[in-house]
Amino acid sequence: MEPLNALVAFANFVLVPATAYGAQLALGALGVTLIYGILRFSNFAHGDTMAFGTMAVIMTTWGFQALGISFGPLPTALLALPVGIVACALLVLGTDKLVYKFYRTKKAVPVTFVIASLGVMFVMNGLVRFIIGPDDQLFSDGERFIITARDFKTLSGLDEGLAIKTTQAITVVVAIIVVAILFWFLNKTRTGKSMRAYSDNEDLALLSGINPERVVMYTWLMVAALATIAGTLYGLDKSFKPFTYFQLLLPIFAAAIVGGLGSPVGAIAGGFVIAFAEVTITYPLKKVLGYALPESLEPDGLVQLLSTDYKFAVSFVILIIVLLFRPTGLFKGKSV
Amino acid sequence: MTNAYQDDRGNKDASITKRGTPSTMSPGTATGERSHTQDAFLIGDSMTGGYGQGPDILHDCTIAVNPGEIAVIVGPNGAGKSTGMKAVFGMLNLRKGAVRLDGEDITALSPQDRVVKGMGFVPQTSNIFGSMTVQENLEMGAFIRTDDKIVETMEQIFELFPILGDKRRQAAGELSGGQRQQVAVGRALMTKPKVLMLDEPTAGVSPIVMDELFDRIIEVSRTGIPILMVEQNARQALEIADRGYVLVQGRNAHTGTGKELLADDDVRRSFLGG
Repeated sequence: MEPLNALVAFANFVLVPATAYGAQLALGALGVTLIYGILRFSNFAHGDTMAFGTMAVIMTTWGFQALGISFGPLPTALLALPVGIVACALLVLGTDKLVYKFYRTKKAVPVTFVIASLGVMFVMNGLVRFIIGPDDQLFSDGERFIITARDFKTLSGLDEGLAIKTTQAITVVVAIIVVAILFWFLNKTRTGKSMRAYSDNEDLALLSGINPERVVMYTWLMVAALATIAGTLYGLDKSFKPFTYFQLLLPIFAAAIVGGLGSPVGAIAGGFVIAFAEVTITYPLKKVLGYALPESLEPDGLVQLLSTDYKFAVSFVILIIVLLFRPTGLFKGKSV
Repeated sequence: MTNAYQDDRGNKDASITKRGTPSTMSPGTATGERSHTQDAFLIGDSMTGGYGQGPDILHDCTIAVNPGEIAVIVGPNGAGKSTGMKAVFGMLNLRKGAVRLDGEDITALSPQDRVVKGMGFVPQTSNIFGSMTVQENLEMGAFIRTDDKIVETMEQIFELFPILGDKRRQAAGELSGGQRQQVAVGRALMTKPKVLMLDEPTAGVSPIVMDELFDRIIEVSRTGIPILMVEQNARQALEIADRGYVLVQGRNAHTGTGKELLADDDVRRSFLGG
């Protein structure tokens, strides 16, 4: 039994990657939950909105790199973020004007919006592939590791190493900052409060003189920022491929629904629940258990509960369990 | 019937009677009840209309309120009480009639624009932001205001409804029925309205709470704001009313001061229960 090694191995293979992945999902789910809470529909185009924002960031990053601009040890993509957010904001505001506004003035039922968003999803998907191509793009530069496994081993004298990638640390730090700003905005500013009021009771918001079109515009702006940041962080941590972003829709929706649709706190909690479940279940725990358990109990097999190919099944199963037993999610969002 | 006095029975002698039609104008009489509306602060004047393209619910219905007054709309179920108030607030398709606020015709304005003009409206249901704190509810009420006296107004409302001051950080959805109604009225008062309209403020609260709410409403009225309200509890409402409207099937059936209506045999028999 070597509990310390077990802990380090667990941290290296599960805790750190799942935390970073959870933060990315949480930011994505926040966007979904904002649209659900305020515009009252599930936006299926969110994954591709993320892809578009990230694409804009990547192109700007290439531009910066060509100009020789860099961010020292940090990825240049962080410098390109504002440009990506603006591009993404223009895209979603344009989409809203062209598509959603039409249905809004018609007071269409939410399911009409959902189907419309499905169409928007295909268009955005095609747009991104058309501009940047369907292939993998690596755009991470700067320092790769904060601490490598080997450095950690020599430092601590343990058998197991703990590696922390720069992108993982950046993901968590940026996510914390973004969430803090978002919550400050929603809870302390007049505009943020009016958004919450509109989400809570549309009629009364109108009676209080809150302009719905303004609320909708601010929502899209925040969604564009959240989607671009989430997408860029995911792309830095892994890689950018349009199809992967489309697939991210499932864990993101699972996170938003598990947390409770419409509840920002729930979206964050849901993101981490899904991420930890996915990583823990698809990671072979043999090593960790080998260290943690007495020799007689050491497992022979890999103790990998599910192949990584099936990782989306994990979000699916959690989604179904939550829908069956707690349809409003962990944080009392709206019933689905 | 022909008028015997005008039958000249074939006498065509122009030297005796002058040819031509005599005067046809005759003075009319006005023996009916007179509604005094010319100086009303807020008036829905002879309104006829219904929801959407549906049939008319109101027929020539007139509702008015004067400064410093409490006007109450009462009537049996389905008489169009709430509809009458909604018509005044612009949520109905009026096919006839006009709504005037302080002499200005606001018939064509949307409800939101009427709020800006100074009408405070408290709907019957879902009249608070349940997920927001009491204080945030009040802040949202003041959303359209651009002056910097919002905190002052909020203090006045906490004076009027002390319980809201104690619970200002609590989510409004967690409060009791009576307290929620106070939040709802408080929110509407935050706009500094020129007139306050309440749609069944005591619906679904216990009798004790109802008494307290009526006391609060009287206090609000004492600050000088005219109040127009719809009430189920006709007797209690008429007791505090300066002016009462009894609607029956979308028509003004009786109008008068609260005391007059309470004393009126017809009104008592038809729906006050003897």
